[in-house]
Amino acid sequence: MDENYDVIVLGTGLTECILSGLLSIDGKKVLHIDRQEYYGGESASLNLTQLYSKFKPSRPYQGQFGKDRDWLVDLIPKFLMSNGELTNILVHTDVTRYMEFKQVSGSFVYRDGRIAKVPASTVEAISSPLMNFFEKRRMRNFLQFVVDYTEDDITTHHSFNLDKDTMEEIYTHYGLQKGTCDFIGHAMALHPNDDYLTQPARDTYDRIMLYLTSVARYGKSPYIYPLYGLGELPQGFARLSAIYGGTFMLDTPIEEYLWDDDGKFAGVKTKEGTAKAPICIADPTYFPDKVTATGQKVIRAMCILDHPIPGTGDADSTQIIIPQNQVGRKNDIYIAVISSSHNICSKGYYVAIISTIIETDKPHLELEPAFKVIGPTKDVLMGIAQIYDPNEDGSKDHVYLSKSYDPSSHFETTTDDVKDLYRRVTGHDLVLKQRKTAEEEAELAGLD
Amino acid sequence: MSSSLGSEHRFAQFKLVLLGESAVGKSSIVQRFVKDSFSDFRESTIGAAFLTQTVDLDANTTVKFEIWDTAGQERYRSLASIYYRNAQAALVVYDITQESSLDKAKYWIKELQKQARGGIIIALVGNKTDLEQERKVSSEEAESFAKGLGLLYFEVSAKSGTGVRECFKQIALKMPIEDSLRKRRERKSRTVDLNKRPSTNEQQCAC
Repeated sequence: MDENYDVIVLGTGLTECILSGLLSIDGKKVLHIDRQEYYGGESASLNLTQLYSKFKPSRPYQGQFGKDRDWLVDLIPKFLMSNGELTNILVHTDVTRYMEFKQVSGSFVYRDGRIAKVPASTVEAISSPLMNFFEKRRMRNFLQFVVDYTEDDITTHHSFNLDKDTMEEIYTHYGLQKGTCDFIGHAMALHPNDDYLTQPARDTYDRIMLYLTSVARYGKSPYIYPLYGLGELPQGFARLSAIYGGTFMLDTPIEEYLWDDDGKFAGVKTKEGTAKAPICIADPTYFPDKVTATGQKVIRAMCILDHPIPGTGDADSTQIIIPQNQVGRKNDIYIAVISSSHNICSKGYYVAIISTIIETDKPHLELEPAFKVIGPTKDVLMGIAQIYDPNEDGSKDHVYLSKSYDPSSHFETTTDDVKDLYRRVTGHDLVLKQRKTAEEEAELAGLD
Repeated sequence: MSSSLGSEHRFAQFKLVLLGESAVGKSSIVQRFVKDSFSDFRESTIGAAFLTQTVDLDANTTVKFEIWDTAGQERYRSLASIYYRNAQAALVVYDITQESSLDKAKYWIKELQKQARGGIIIALVGNKTDLEQERKVSSEEAESFAKGLGLLYFEVSAKSGTGVRECFKQIALKMPIEDSLRKRRERKSRTVDLNKRPSTNEQQCAC
């Protein structure tokens, strides 16, 4: 297959597949390789046979939870913000043609030993057990300020400067209690820790607005989730890339990397032969010597349940956030719950994935509060992952590396990485254009 | 299309996937079916790997096929599970002038049986009957193989058009129409349409 390409992409994780699709639309000739025989890399969804062989190699799956093929368990638990950037990219590239999405039923936050729904409207705020009568009024005033804030209208700024004043100062101004600040900062703005309190309020304001506009889109929660699991996302973008001419090779380990005299990337050798390209995009596992562990480690516990989460009104899917303050930690604990209503497991089962950044040498004990929330489990599979960052920006050797998937609860940092990589690879910012309709594409392909 | 738009008109949609070795004429068969045309020098499939076409079964029943082409992902056997997901029909194509393409077809049939849902209707289709004098695979051999596995079997020519419409019509007749109408109604009510922009009213926060 000795051939020349514009870009060689290594690894079929979500970041790589989105870039592969976008570059193919741009007319680049893309070769996309994965050493594994399935799509998705770290962002795949696995059936139980694959899952047990990865996390409990000594105990293969025996069929105790029904048909293997009914199960698609995400390796990285995340939800899409329905008004977030990934949704925007999905709509513009029409990858929505290949997938279906469903709302996540609820968004909950842990406070004083129990969980409560995150209020997303005035109506919900008024009935929320999270706040007493006076606190509700203060909360309403605060939310009113956020919603009314208009950049060009200084009268809506209430003498705050979002680029200078800290979030802590704004909370103090509205007289909000610590517990209320916890759920605003952690369950709405989705900050993983309290560092944001002393930083300018702009970022938190943007995050709260993203939460509120996402809730406003479909109503029940700000999150959506694809039928058949997150592993559908990289596959959908891979298909987009293929339709625009991208070549895909799975189950193909890299035998050798080729470099030119200046030390720039030149191509790869595989069992299929040599493929050349001046640019390489890859996930950190392909170039372990070009990335550094950030020191942060994420623990993820995949729990199989046969009941919904107590206190969620039997929700078929939820996000539960345990703010760090509430359990004496530095990092929040996230619980993502999905069930057969999203076609990711056999009927009657639920999958709860607990994740957090490890703070001690007994990480499984750190998850205790989350296990109390989810109730009895049928089985638990645990994994610990290092977070890697690329050492360089790729300008020297033309190897552009993605970051590891972080422990955040949604994809906003992933799409930031996509846009940043796109800019470094192409030299210009990503401008999303509406993809052509099926009819227009048929015409372009000479099928009219 | 039928003129009857009364409440009794049944309109059911099914996903049909194409499989087979590169260059056996998968896209050409679809081009003949959807556009009733043929081009001698087709590039490998780029763009337009998602086409639809309807078949009227009778005055009150229309079947619409949502046709998925491999878009080249078959070349290194790198089709994703999303490709097989919810497919209700499959056209496994070989070239009657290439012996090896029937072996590849057998591989794809095995893949389908592993990856696709039970009850999928599979048709084994020998293409290029316009090249009868170069035939390497006998109709008897392919047909007995297909029948042995309970598959539909057709021979067609995308170039001349012979057999193409009939092949899709026979598949359409096998589609579980009532079942599909019921399931579609259920599904519509539980998924969200990302392409639907909220009205300006809704876009404002609900606080």
